[in-house]
Amino acid sequence: MTEAMVQIVDVVLLVLLAITGIAVIRTRNLFVAVMLAGIYSLVSAGLFVVMDAVDVAFTEAAVGAGISTVLLLCTLALVGYKESKPQHTPILPLFVVIVTGGALVYGTAEIPPFGEADNPAHQNVAAHYIHDSEDEIGHIPNVVTSVLASYRGYDTMGETAVIFTAMVGVLLLLSRGPLPKRVYHAGHWHKVKRGVTREDLIAEMEDEEVHDSTVVGGEDEDG
Amino acid sequence: MISFALFNYWAVIVLMMVGFYALISRDNLVKKLIGLNIFQTSVIMMYVSFGKISGGTAPILIESGGHGGDGHGVQVAGDAAHAMRDNAEILYSNPIPHVLMLTAIVVGVATLALGLSLVVRIKEAYGTIEEDEITRMDNAA
Repeated sequence: MTEAMVQIVDVVLLVLLAITGIAVIRTRNLFVAVMLAGIYSLVSAGLFVVMDAVDVAFTEAAVGAGISTVLLLCTLALVGYKESKPQHTPILPLFVVIVTGGALVYGTAEIPPFGEADNPAHQNVAAHYIHDSEDEIGHIPNVVTSVLASYRGYDTMGETAVIFTAMVGVLLLLSRGPLPKRVYHAGHWHKVKRGVTREDLIAEMEDEEVHDSTVVGGEDEDG
Repeated sequence: MISFALFNYWAVIVLMMVGFYALISRDNLVKKLIGLNIFQTSVIMMYVSFGKISGGTAPILIESGGHGGDGHGVQVAGDAAHAMRDNAEILYSNPIPHVLMLTAIVVGVATLALGLSLVVRIKEAYGTIEEDEITRMDNAA
């Protein structure tokens, strides 16, 4: 592949990514948004291949387009697919985004040009890893593997700690722990016992309302 | 392509701002998390762009010197690779950003999982995942 071709593929993929991203914002069906997010991850994996980051590409394709999409779909099964109409004007967020983007573009003036071999990022340990990792680590052709598992092994260990912490958090949140559980319904917070779901509580309260023949409820609480 | 030198960075900044906009302007919490994911992917793209060298190849060493092939064909291929490496130094892209971003992707999924489980609990307690409605309920209570 010549350099011009690489640049064309690069530009096309970036434009596709921008279109997908804007489509994610515009759609109000969350299922569509999740699918578009999966497409976004897959296209960005293609872009990583173009930029020589094959390891990042397959991780992004497996984790970003695979596991993330599955997690999001599982959540949608619990919380519903509909997004309500935005209530406020988009002027303030748009202003914040444009100012931030402008500041970042201003910052790129100091960045050395894309793809130059003598950029500062390539000067120090990178050259050492490429030239000596094969002898130092022991005949592993993939330099990324050597750096990930050996030179920067502590990074990877820290990453495992982060994943463990997240897992503990998810388990604590999703298993009904010893926390008192509160449910908001019809203008008030209600304490509920363990194992009582929101639906149980609402059904119970509606029974009482029918019994008292005071029909005050009726706010739609469907998900 | 007037200035390709910085085009990549600018395009990545546009993607970053698309994610940021989804994060701050949408009320739906799942949409916010998708926006966060887009933001995160574009940061990864930024780092990978720093590591790219024009005309370079993926940082996987083309000739591994350890094993001498016993088949004739393998030997020839090995020699060819050797000659290639001796004649012209092969240009590899920088592996360090790739390593860092591998970590970032996995941590990103961990945060996504945590965020989504928070969303599930919020839905159970409030019956909605729209931020403005949640704020209204909190103010009313």
